Amino acid sequence: MTLITFNIAMIGYLVASLEYFIYLVYRKQFVSTLAAITVGVGWLFHTLVIIFRSQETGHGPYTTSFEVAIFFSWMMVLVYFLVNWKYKIKDLGSFVIPVAFLTLLYATFLSKEAVVFPESQFQILLTLHRTLSILGSVAFAMAFAAGLMYLIQEKQVKSKKLGIMYFRMPSLEILDNLNYKVIVVGFPLFTLGFMTGSIWNAQMNQLSLFSWDLVKTWPLVIGWFLYGLIFFGRLLVGLQGKKAAQFSIFGFITIMLTYLLHV
Amino acid sequence: MAESNLIMVGVNHKTTPVELREKLAFTKGKIEDSTEKLGSFPEVEENLIISTCNRVEIYARVKNVDQGISRLKSFICDYHEIPLDQLDNHFYSYCEEQTVEHLFRVSSSLDSMVLGESQILGQVKDAYSLAKSLRGTGIILNQLFEKAFNVAKRIREETGIAENAVSISSAAVDLARKIFDDLETHTVMLVGTGEMAELAAKHLMSYGVKTIYVASRTYERAASLAKTLNGSALDFDAFKDELYRADIVISSTAAPKFIISKDMVERAIHQRKNRPMFFIDIAVPRDIAPEVNDLENVFLYDIDDLQAVVNANMVERQREAELAAEIIRVEVDKFNGWMDSLDAVPTIIELRKRAERIRRQEMEKALKKMPHLSKEDENNIHQMSISIVNKLLHKPTVNLKDKTRSSEGQTYLKAIRDLFHLDD
Repeated sequence: MTLITFNIAMIGYLVASLEYFIYLVYRKQFVSTLAAITVGVGWLFHTLVIIFRSQETGHGPYTTSFEVAIFFSWMMVLVYFLVNWKYKIKDLGSFVIPVAFLTLLYATFLSKEAVVFPESQFQILLTLHRTLSILGSVAFAMAFAAGLMYLIQEKQVKSKKLGIMYFRMPSLEILDNLNYKVIVVGFPLFTLGFMTGSIWNAQMNQLSLFSWDLVKTWPLVIGWFLYGLIFFGRLLVGLQGKKAAQFSIFGFITIMLTYLLHV
Repeated sequence: MAESNLIMVGVNHKTTPVELREKLAFTKGKIEDSTEKLGSFPEVEENLIISTCNRVEIYARVKNVDQGISRLKSFICDYHEIPLDQLDNHFYSYCEEQTVEHLFRVSSSLDSMVLGESQILGQVKDAYSLAKSLRGTGIILNQLFEKAFNVAKRIREETGIAENAVSISSAAVDLARKIFDDLETHTVMLVGTGEMAELAAKHLMSYGVKTIYVASRTYERAASLAKTLNGSALDFDAFKDELYRADIVISSTAAPKFIISKDMVERAIHQRKNRPMFFIDIAVPRDIAPEVNDLENVFLYDIDDLQAVVNANMVERQREAELAAEIIRVEVDKFNGWMDSLDAVPTIIELRKRAERIRRQEMEKALKKMPHLSKEDENNIHQMSISIVNKLLHKPTVNLKDKTRSSEGQTYLKAIRDLFHLDD
């Protein structure tokens, strides 16, 4: 049952990605509406997947790589709906929904085995760590999409070669703002996730707070540093525009690396 | 297709030089007068005059197409007292569905000097409501023009024909709106008081820009322009230090060398904590060093860049015009369909079918009650029923055919369809 609903959700996102792409190029209003409906249906099935999975395993969807992937993708579509509702950025879907699809596609290659963790007094820390980290990553994924759109638009305006994307995409200011706003939300969440993780690790293994496995966590440290720069840099030294966009793209790559090495 | 007897005669910017066009223009008063005069010609059933600075066109429904066209031509010549041989080469004329297509093209601005401009639709609408109020138009022209407005709206919505800026100042505004979101909260600085700069500033103000600084070598000129733009004037030496306040800088001085250097902008952007700046250099020779564009979060467009944007947009509009032409073809067909429905013939056929069906049913009923009749008698009754129906319908049929060619034809057609329930 989980598998069927999973496949429906994934195919929904694939179809929606294609529809958003068609909309990006051909600008037909009904295609945009159709894409929104497709994503909505996909997301409902996606919600079912998470419910079924949690019933099977008896805990929330953040234990194995597979669960983290589907939860991340689910959150991302939800946040996409919220951002789209608030900012009305047409075409954001062309950048966000493919990421949601690819995450699910990646999840199909992961082990679907449920893992039961031994009862531990530190369980609550672990749950917090995972939930906060995933929420932070979702915000970073949105920043990634906004940053990518910013760089495309910036290049068009700067090089004075105004192509099809110039007309389709919103203003640099909106994209820069969106990038910053999601990081303002995401960075504290992610930092808390980072901290709860360190505390859990220290408590579980009777280690000091800073005894991380650097092989596994170096991209995380770089990513956290980059997002920290964007978070504080805007206010202090006016880090914005192109640099902020570039940083949020690099940052997201490090987050993905972290996920591959870490979870 | 049924004959619509629609014609149009006109001149426009493509066929006629302005010296001649201005002599042919119809002011509002002249239109009032002419609509009545045209209506008094027996061959003209409906008429409507469009007169703008780029075109003078008369649309009409007439009894005979060829006579109608020469009537309209001679009317225009007589009215403006210009001999026909002087104008004949400049006139274009269309009849039947070409008229429909031409009007659709005109109102969708496919025939305009600047493809996709929005003024023409308003002008055609004004011409229509004037003609309607003067009772120059009737059922056919009314339908034609209402349809033309729908087509224009559809083309505006479904194609990008009006989307991209095709003047220097609107291209600059479009760019500003792709860099900044809400222009209301942004500041514009004019360096130099050139006419183009003023135009661009006004354009920006129409999008909500509120704060404007004006700097000029002669302070008085800066002050007077600042007054008209509701902004504040700056001393020319001071503008360099105030540059950081501006989100959008429009430069148009007559200076022979660059007056805004890369260093200067670098300082300003630093003071602004990297908030983006948009420089528009419409001066020739240029005012702003081109390297300014290399700075991060700074965008510089000179007059050639803007012209290139305009040209590219023009090409884009032309491409969209092909889509628009496709829509027009479909809509012309639809209009023809409507014209056909006005034709008397289908109504007459339906009326006859209805009568024939009733006759058959009643015959069958009657014959069942009279099984004793001989074949010959049955035949006689048959013949009688047929001739009753024919005689009853003969006069209405002939009259209907006649009436549909007159101005009250539609009323008759509708009455027949209603009375006999033909649309059920």
